[in-house]
Amino acid sequence: MSAHVRRALEEITRIRGVRGAVLADRTEGIVVAESAMLGVRREAIAALGASLVRRCGVLLEGGGLGVPRHVLLQGREGTLVAVPVTDELLLLAVGDAAVNVGLVRAELQRVARELR
Amino acid sequence: MRNTRAVEAWTIGPLEHFVGQAGARLVLIMTPAGQVMAQYGFARAVDVMTAAALGAGIVASSSEIASMLGQPPFAALGHRGTHHGIVLSSFDSPRGRLLVLVVYGVETSLGLVQLFLGTLVDDLAAACPVPESRGPVLAVNFENELNRSLDALFGQ
Repeated sequence: MSAHVRRALEEITRIRGVRGAVLADRTEGIVVAESAMLGVRREAIAALGASLVRRCGVLLEGGGLGVPRHVLLQGREGTLVAVPVTDELLLLAVGDAAVNVGLVRAELQRVARELR
Repeated sequence: MRNTRAVEAWTIGPLEHFVGQAGARLVLIMTPAGQVMAQYGFARAVDVMTAAALGAGIVASSSEIASMLGQPPFAALGHRGTHHGIVLSSFDSPRGRLLVLVVYGVETSLGLVQLFLGTLVDDLAAACPVPESRGPVLAVNFENELNRSLDALFGQ
């Protein structure tokens, strides 16, 4: 993993409540790079996150709403935010249920721009 | 799931769960010798036999490469084509070492297949009955055993 990408992912995980950030291959749903706490299921996040974003894309495009700019899922015990970087890459962050979602999304979009 | 057939019935539940979760198109569970224990999605016996032989051969070849490199056999191998990808994975089970060959399409991904392969391995270990001691394979029984296996995999 290049130092540049690692630094970018570490910046996301510095946000209070964020447990991990994963850069995933959108087609294959595999981890390209990650910065995450122990116990965060990186492979599951990459695989299921990529699948979720792909399905959301089908839904949006089917409804004539364009391509997804971000996907947000909030559960009782955690939050997932996903931002497409390119056609091949996807940036995901997982955090606590009470994490500042707006801040995480803005940071993911900033890092995604840097990585493009 | 109508396309699932198994020589050993305890493999059906874990296999159907895996297919449902991972979205696989074709799956073979087999021994390293290429003896098929269960299959999903194959319509013809000849395709199963060919896939099993090729899959077992690939795992054997890559295990030799791993041995030359002084490391344990590779846990998984993957190839991606334009329309399909394959994953070959080997793992230890109560019945000894087993192989899984998965063919998947563009509707799923390598990550999902690998993720749910882990669940399949756990489910197979949990479902596996205590191994019975088996007698020697005798020539007189061989054809009956073979026919029984083929009936289980392809019979009506």
